[in-house]
Amino acid sequence: MTEVTNPPGTTASNGSAGPILEVNDLRMHFPVTTGVVFRKTVGTVKAVDGVTFSIQPGETLGLVGESGCGKTTLGRCVLRFYNPTSGQMHFRGESLTDIRGGRMRELRKQMQMVFQDPYSSLNPRMTAGQIIGEPLKIHRLASDPKQSRERVAEILSLVGLDPSMASRYPHEFSGGQRQRIGIGRALAVDPALIVCDEAVSALDVSIQAQIINLLKDLQDRLGLTYLFIAHDLAVVRHVADRIAVMYLGKIVEIAPRDDIYANPLHPYTQALLSAVPVPDPVVEAARPRQIIIGEVPSPLNPPSGCVFHPRCPIAQEDCSVDVPELRELRPGHWVACPKV
Amino acid sequence: MSVVLEIEDLRTYFDTEGGLVKAVDGVSYTVEEGETLGLVGESGGGKSVTALSGIRLIPTPPGRIVSGRVLYKGQDLLELSLDGMRHIRGRAIGMIFQEPMTSLNPVLSIGRQLTEPLITELGLSKYDANARAHELLASVEISDPERRLAQFPHHFSGGMRQRVMIAMALSCNPAVLIADEPTTALDVTVQAQILELMQRLTEERGGALVIITHNLGVVARYADRVNVMYAGKIVERSSATAVYGDPRHPYTLGLMSSVPRLDLPVTERLVQVDGQPPNLVDLPPGCAFQPRCPYAQEQCLEAVPELMQTVDNHYAACFIADQLGAGAKAGQA
Repeated sequence: MTEVTNPPGTTASNGSAGPILEVNDLRMHFPVTTGVVFRKTVGTVKAVDGVTFSIQPGETLGLVGESGCGKTTLGRCVLRFYNPTSGQMHFRGESLTDIRGGRMRELRKQMQMVFQDPYSSLNPRMTAGQIIGEPLKIHRLASDPKQSRERVAEILSLVGLDPSMASRYPHEFSGGQRQRIGIGRALAVDPALIVCDEAVSALDVSIQAQIINLLKDLQDRLGLTYLFIAHDLAVVRHVADRIAVMYLGKIVEIAPRDDIYANPLHPYTQALLSAVPVPDPVVEAARPRQIIIGEVPSPLNPPSGCVFHPRCPIAQEDCSVDVPELRELRPGHWVACPKV
Repeated sequence: MSVVLEIEDLRTYFDTEGGLVKAVDGVSYTVEEGETLGLVGESGGGKSVTALSGIRLIPTPPGRIVSGRVLYKGQDLLELSLDGMRHIRGRAIGMIFQEPMTSLNPVLSIGRQLTEPLITELGLSKYDANARAHELLASVEISDPERRLAQFPHHFSGGMRQRVMIAMALSCNPAVLIADEPTTALDVTVQAQILELMQRLTEERGGALVIITHNLGVVARYADRVNVMYAGKIVERSSATAVYGDPRHPYTLGLMSSVPRLDLPVTERLVQVDGQPPNLVDLPPGCAFQPRCPYAQEQCLEAVPELMQTVDNHYAACFIADQLGAGAKAGQA
């Protein structure tokens, strides 16, 4: 296992308390198999390939990138939905990679997830009250049904729903309301860290703003820490304190929010930002359009050297040979590109 | 500018278990030659059903076109026989759908799917159709057309499939190209490529392009004129600059201010449109937006506002559209 000194993110530390989550050289490789009876491995998908970062308590780290870049896999590794191939993860100083069983369940109480699709992530046969009450039951957080009901009512109003809605089923709610239930379910166990995996992507613009505001309010009130995974750069900018950009399993740039948007250094980050159209025709007409060619290559057979080099406007010959390391170019601003 | 497609008072209803859904309820608009028209709004607004009604692709039942006219070259497409419609579809209106994977036939090669309309509709020989398919693939910037034509949809990435869809929609040289959420399923870098391509092709061919989307940024970048839809009705219509710069309907106003933007400073909270999207089975009385509207008055509950001109060529369906000028916006900000 590689020893990484000074992982990106530790520099943004706000002092005494250590990071709530530390991820060190994490790798998640999925084997690709063929055959039905005699399975053989024909390749590996390096969904997450050597990712290092940390999150401070109360902070929101935005994780952006296009589909297939590994951001969802990374989020799921953190909650140990997957067992990573290699690397270490520490939650409040405790190793997440070595523990299992009861202790893992104990820690899951402190780390929860909000999923993308508010339709498929709620059990259609359970009422909103049962959905939010289930984690209370599993973790034995309510001593009797009355206490459980009270807690469910409290959570419902916390996420902006009327407590009387507890007896309704998911199909009776709109998309935005369902996402509120999903957030309520995550909050039921009083977690410290919430992984939001594209939590607002499936929602309409006007509802999306409601949920973003709700997530921010909850963070202020409950001191939550978010790992906010999304592909929409404008949304992430409104939510995150720091932002990590992923491409084909690797973090290519990580920096404080204002830094990365005002001064993107990696050519991929620049291309991503330039590709997002601004909702204002006057601004748009004046904006230069830098459109990068090609599409994200298959993670089954990633390019050699820097994984971005086939699409990179400033690529040179050695880019196809050397794998770039993250370098700190400005305080807290790390870039994996030797040409900037 | 001449009008290539005119939609008049279109009403498309669906009979559902919950009741009657008026998905499109009295929509009129025109598409002019050479323009890019944006049709924006959130889910349930009726954008897609409007487009599908125009080419008569509404599944019946449960859907039915209750009234209205879709005029193409003086002919009402809704009065044509199904056979007649088949010949018009693709020549008058080409359609690009959101999900390129499900709109392509997975068991037929790209070449077969691309040449089929050329042979059956344009009457080309197999040889000519093949040559034309080559040209079409090249025009949508797919390299190595020879090899690509023999391949199947699953060999193509999402962006490439959407390019094939564009080639297919353009194969019979339609006057109007309607793209229904063409890039929603694609990544941002690919989205930019596809939109640039569609715009370039429209400019070269001289037809018109209708982009249906919920993405306000896409409309801002590419559309000349914009129609904003809410609950089956057009609530605002004008040039893109006017709709974005001086929105006159409270829904448009709310929509514009609730989008997080990359070019403005980050605010602590986003301006949000309160309430839930309308339940189409059980619409509120009067104006459909009234329960969520910060400016709602008593008359909004009693009557449905008509789409009326406020200033030059700027239409809004709101009783107080005149007062919602630049002044009101400054007050809200």
